[in-house]
Amino acid sequence: MGKVVLEVKDLTTKYITRFREDVYAVDRVSLKVEEGKSLGIAGESGCGKSTLALSLMGYYFPPLHYMSGEIVINGRNISGMKPDDVRKSVLGTEIAYIPQAAMNALNPTQKIIHFIEDVVLAHDPTENKKFIYDLARASFEILGLPAEVLHKYPVELSGGMKQRTVIAVSVILRPTVLIADEPSSALDVTSQKMVIKMLKGLMDNGFIKAMIFITHELPLLYNVTDDIMVMYAGQIVEKATAKEAVFDPLHPYSKGLMGSIIVPESGLRNVKLTAIPGVPPNLKKPPAGCRFAERCKYVQPECSATSVPLYDADGGRAYRCILAENTLREAYQHVQ
Amino acid sequence: MSNERRSCLSGTGLTKIFGLGRHKTVAVDHVDFEFHEGEVISIVGESGSGKTTLAKLLLGLINPTEGEIYFRGQQRDISSHKKKQEYWRNIQAIFQDPFSAYNIFSKIDTVLLDCIHMRGGRKLPYAKKVELMAEACSFVNLKFEEMTNKYPFELSGGQMQRLMIARIFLLKPKILLADEPTSMIDACSRATILDYLLKLRDEIGMTLIFITHDIGLAYYVSDTVYIMERGKFVERGSADDVILRPKEPYTRRLISDVPKIYEEWDLSTV
Repeated sequence: MGKVVLEVKDLTTKYITRFREDVYAVDRVSLKVEEGKSLGIAGESGCGKSTLALSLMGYYFPPLHYMSGEIVINGRNISGMKPDDVRKSVLGTEIAYIPQAAMNALNPTQKIIHFIEDVVLAHDPTENKKFIYDLARASFEILGLPAEVLHKYPVELSGGMKQRTVIAVSVILRPTVLIADEPSSALDVTSQKMVIKMLKGLMDNGFIKAMIFITHELPLLYNVTDDIMVMYAGQIVEKATAKEAVFDPLHPYSKGLMGSIIVPESGLRNVKLTAIPGVPPNLKKPPAGCRFAERCKYVQPECSATSVPLYDADGGRAYRCILAENTLREAYQHVQ
Repeated sequence: MSNERRSCLSGTGLTKIFGLGRHKTVAVDHVDFEFHEGEVISIVGESGSGKTTLAKLLLGLINPTEGEIYFRGQQRDISSHKKKQEYWRNIQAIFQDPFSAYNIFSKIDTVLLDCIHMRGGRKLPYAKKVELMAEACSFVNLKFEEMTNKYPFELSGGQMQRLMIARIFLLKPKILLADEPTSMIDACSRATILDYLLKLRDEIGMTLIFITHDIGLAYYVSDTVYIMERGKFVERGSADDVILRPKEPYTRRLISDVPKIYEEWDLSTV
């Protein structure tokens, strides 16, 4: 077991809307990321994936508010820190974030190299420009980006190139953990593959120590990450290795999610595509019991009575369902 | 088997050129095709390959620069507004973005009533119209009582896309053209939408044309797949032939770029 670089304990964050309503978007999430590992977070839109990513950075601004829990990165607890301190000493150097709309993350009036200078100088104002240029050039070379990109404006770059530039800039300070939130959802398949190849190469080249990858595209997640966490309505419903999560899911929601995978392979002809009926619950008033109960095929009368904890299963897995492992597996057998 | 089927929509030498002289762009370049009745067809291509232009040509929204389109064996005639409307009774479309597909000033009842009127049901008694609307809503698992007296923007994206399918259910066209119907919704709702579309095909026996960049989707739904590159069809054939045994290098590259789960995904090829 490797060194744990990021540990999160019972993190709860909420949104406060204009009408003073609380929306619990991340509810008691615990996770551990070891050095050299990548963790994937899956779930449908609105389940709290992106909010979890924002919460993990420890950088809260309204309407997102921190409630309770701990975020320990490299042995340092960052959960109670002030936003300004977080920005100075955590973002960029400990945690880097690639947003969903990375296309718009670059300043259109600045050349890439000036953007990089700003990033580096914000953390260490004494750095000289020659050093920054050499650093940027070396990083770009290792990551397979042409050095001319440094002297271009963002408008001169194609979508895929822009995305790869944003990734290169975000790891320029060698952060411990990189959080990638749907980094390739706006790209075509070829550019997507280049972005993925680059992300996978980051860890081998020593740019980052661990990665958290968020997407709703499961085949992608399966190829990129070591472990997968499935989220539903702000809670983690299943934790497993990538292979187990895709081919042997335990929680009924994960099962439904994995049943919606479409790939152009002959194996697809043997599986039946399943869809999950209904919509996720409203997080302003989350149900008292299991949050998936009203959409679940295997629902029991006691499901909606009390909240369901995350049960441990064999092989370091965990799932949030009152039914036993064997009962669930047997039920899935009958479906197919 | 396809020889026994009647031709539904076909085209010869279909071309669309935008611009003039030095600035001209050949969006669709002399394509020939034949779609049969009841067939599910996918036209796959990357962005900029001309697939949406082809869709617009098929729908009669723009005129071809060259070439002919034949509808059920006869040359398509959309020279006047009346003839165009007659044609649109037979071909309908679902677009990528359900949010911008509705008239924001008309309520859902109006949307569905228009469909009934378009099928010649203007003189039906009120109760019959309500019954038809409720039937269409229940087909896509929406409750008519919840839909009535609402505006489209009050629905979620998935609900809007389902309402779009309810419209098609009322219109019963011969051909349905779905232009990227699932690219704006997440992977879980995608299966639902595809299921409804295929169920609808079985129900009213229409030809279904998918325009998509998602090869997995094309493989899952279609009988025939056309691969489009720079305005031309580079490969065509049954789904199994094209996706599992691709002949053209372009098709091979496209398929190798999609993430796999049953086989190893080779990242070294980019």
